[in-house]
Amino acid sequence: MSNTNKARRTPAETQAIVERSLRRRYWAERRFRMYGFAAVTAGMAFLVYLFFVIFSNGIGAFQQTQVRLSIYYDPQVIDPSGNRNPDDLQAADYQALIRAALKAKFPEVEGRAATRELTRLVSGSGAFDLQKRVTADPSVIDTTEVRWLLASDAVDLFMKGHIDRKLPEAERPIGDSQVGWIDKLRDEGALALKFNKTFVTGGDSREPENAGIWGAVVGSFYMLLLTLLLSFPIGVATAIYLEEFARRNRWTDLIEVNINNLAAVPSIVFGLLGLAVFIGFFGLPRSAPLVGAMVLTLLTLPTIIIASRAALKAVPPSIREAALGMGASKIQTVAHHVLPLAMPGMLTGTIIGMARALGESAPLLMIGMVAFIVDIPNGVTDAATALPVQVYLWSDSPERGFVEKTSGAIIVLLAFLVVMNTTAVILRKRFERRW
Amino acid sequence: MTPAALLVALTLLSVGAFWIGKSRSLALVGGSRGVRNLHSLPGHYGLMTALWCALPALAVIAVWLMAQDAIIVRLVTDQLPETVRNLSENDLSLVLNDMRNLVAGNVPATSVSAAVQAASAEYIHLRGISRMALTVLVAVLAVGGVIMIRARITPQLRARNGVERVTEWLLLGCSTIAVFTTIGIVASVAFEAFRFFAIISPIDFLFGTSWSPQMAIRADQVGSSGSFGAVPLFAGTALISFIAMSIAVPIGLFSAIYLAEYAHPNFRTWAKPLLEVLAGVPTVVYGFFAALTIGPALRGWGEGIGLNVASESALAAGFVMGIMIIPFVSSLADDMISAVPQSLRDGAYALGATRSETIKQVVLRAALPGIVGGVLLAVSRAIGETMIVVMAAGLAANLTANPLEAVTTVTVQIVTLLVGDQEFDSPKTLAAFALGLVLFLVTLALNVLALHIVRKYREQYE
Repeated sequence: MSNTNKARRTPAETQAIVERSLRRRYWAERRFRMYGFAAVTAGMAFLVYLFFVIFSNGIGAFQQTQVRLSIYYDPQVIDPSGNRNPDDLQAADYQALIRAALKAKFPEVEGRAATRELTRLVSGSGAFDLQKRVTADPSVIDTTEVRWLLASDAVDLFMKGHIDRKLPEAERPIGDSQVGWIDKLRDEGALALKFNKTFVTGGDSREPENAGIWGAVVGSFYMLLLTLLLSFPIGVATAIYLEEFARRNRWTDLIEVNINNLAAVPSIVFGLLGLAVFIGFFGLPRSAPLVGAMVLTLLTLPTIIIASRAALKAVPPSIREAALGMGASKIQTVAHHVLPLAMPGMLTGTIIGMARALGESAPLLMIGMVAFIVDIPNGVTDAATALPVQVYLWSDSPERGFVEKTSGAIIVLLAFLVVMNTTAVILRKRFERRW
Repeated sequence: MTPAALLVALTLLSVGAFWIGKSRSLALVGGSRGVRNLHSLPGHYGLMTALWCALPALAVIAVWLMAQDAIIVRLVTDQLPETVRNLSENDLSLVLNDMRNLVAGNVPATSVSAAVQAASAEYIHLRGISRMALTVLVAVLAVGGVIMIRARITPQLRARNGVERVTEWLLLGCSTIAVFTTIGIVASVAFEAFRFFAIISPIDFLFGTSWSPQMAIRADQVGSSGSFGAVPLFAGTALISFIAMSIAVPIGLFSAIYLAEYAHPNFRTWAKPLLEVLAGVPTVVYGFFAALTIGPALRGWGEGIGLNVASESALAAGFVMGIMIIPFVSSLADDMISAVPQSLRDGAYALGATRSETIKQVVLRAALPGIVGGVLLAVSRAIGETMIVVMAAGLAANLTANPLEAVTTVTVQIVTLLVGDQEFDSPKTLAAFALGLVLFLVTLALNVLALHIVRKYREQYE
């Protein structure tokens, strides 16, 4: 149009231009599509890599190296007085029994230093194990028994291949002589990887080989149970009020805006609230699942309220009109007809909220749930820790053995999350109803 | 009775009250055949009786438990020996703390002084009396309520209306908890923050460039005067959030475009939830992943090409945080792209545009406000994220824009200042609340802005 004074293009020329530009545009199209695919792949790859790292590191935590020793419950050591006094049995030197058993196995070991090296093969908890055995059943005294005892942390790492035997002796935590003993024991079958019962049933410990997650699991359980008991009724009640009863006015608008904003407030701010109000103002105990549950309730309420409102909205008005038409009151309509129909959606939202609460750790750090707690908590006011916080605590420990324990704890945490989310998905699929 | 036992007993009493009310109403009209002579269903009379049994008693329990401890401690303090009572406030609170620990059974009796032992015995004694009194009071209220209401039940009594009114008030009460939470956050954080600003001026806090919150314990200690200039923290937070967003926005946005516009529905049905798993992984797992794998790997690569990378570099934390945020960006962008009407796309196709041209020039432009809103929400999530940076970022407050160095963030400092034992009135502790206030206000502003943009945009196509 504008180049009227120039020679007009022939149709063939135009076609050539269009074809060239088309090729370029199709290339751009393909490139664009590839970027999209690459982005999705990258996201998936991160996910796969994350899980691979965690599982390859953590699967070993469920196994622990144990040593088979034939222990002679020497009455000279345990009970020299011979009257089976429980206090004497408690206080006896059980380490000596282990030392004797090891010496019997390796008679060539001489001298204090070498003996100490030898006894370091077995975990310090071995003596407690024997003590428990004897106090529970004093009749074993003066008999010989074959027992599997926990090996020490360093032996365990060596057996799992985390310590390279080719390193110079000074750079690895176990010496050359220990390597020799380990090889000999392993060839005899007296040193083997077994299922790690301590990890699954024990409380926290400073020694990686004695550390377990049961305390954290119980703490998380109490906290989630209380959170559920608090947040489900409150969340559902709020949703019902806003959806079914409230007239639209300033007050309900304020509530709505609040709920939406709370959903996006950083979780650590809820921790500050818990610290200042629940602990500082009301004087509730630190580190207790009770306080943790109250904080997590406030944290999960927006999730539950939003999901419950969506579930209530999905119930068609005709149901309400039919109930009202039959003479039911407003409350009866909701309680007898709307609520049962909305319940699956509400439960799905609640489970998702609970899954979020289970993975949350930042607010729990604020209210002091990071304490080192060995005992399994017995109630909601006992000091406790939670699974994600246990992960955090272990990841901070300098011992190499805790890397494996941390990943193991993460596997347990992820397993719980998978179960909860799958339940939510199944619930949604099973009860989803299209009107 | 302990409070827990009292609550169980009260629950049982209310169940009993329900049956009393229900059978009373039935008896008045001569059995189930006369139900039509009642104003409400028999269950409503039962519920009304149960509510009269439980609600006043519950209110009394709540008030009593809140006041009990303070009153008992006051009484116990008055009985302490003269020497202990004349201690300074801090020392006195230490003694009281010992007493509480002894009462709770956390410490053996032999580990504390005789005065504390006597005090804790007195505490237990008074607590026993208080519990007894509460039990009696609750029993009187509950039983009295039942007797009174039972006498008032007549066939004309509008029980249903009463019960429903109470239920509605209960529902309303539950819905105000959200408001009280916000008030609680603002009040508690702001209160402590203002105490902090009374010691350190807000100007120094917001614009100072040196952050070292360690206070001198001894007067002659060198170099720990405590300076609270938060600019390095804000800069560190901004740097890490920027790195995170520069990972999350392109990947999230392109994933959303691919899944919404190109992908086969079958691929979409399993790829989308799988990507969202990234958002469901607890942040502590990401933190561990960053500290264990990404940090050392980046350091190794850096050494390989002659760069000095800190093992707690901003890059490692930001990168992993970016991965975590991908699903937030992608699912919000996906929603926004799907909300663009098909007619706009059809128009572009009719003009001869290719798919990518349509997406770039029509769909993304139409969806832009929504996507910007989603990105802002993701930024607020990145700023408030705690565990990843606590585990993978540093503690030293460096004022730098170099992503290979270690920086610290607002959330890391809040955690460092507050984890462990602390007294409530040192500026070090209060500084955490001041940081919390800044964090709350910034994320709140971002959220309000983002929701505003998203809502405004959505109205266009509805």
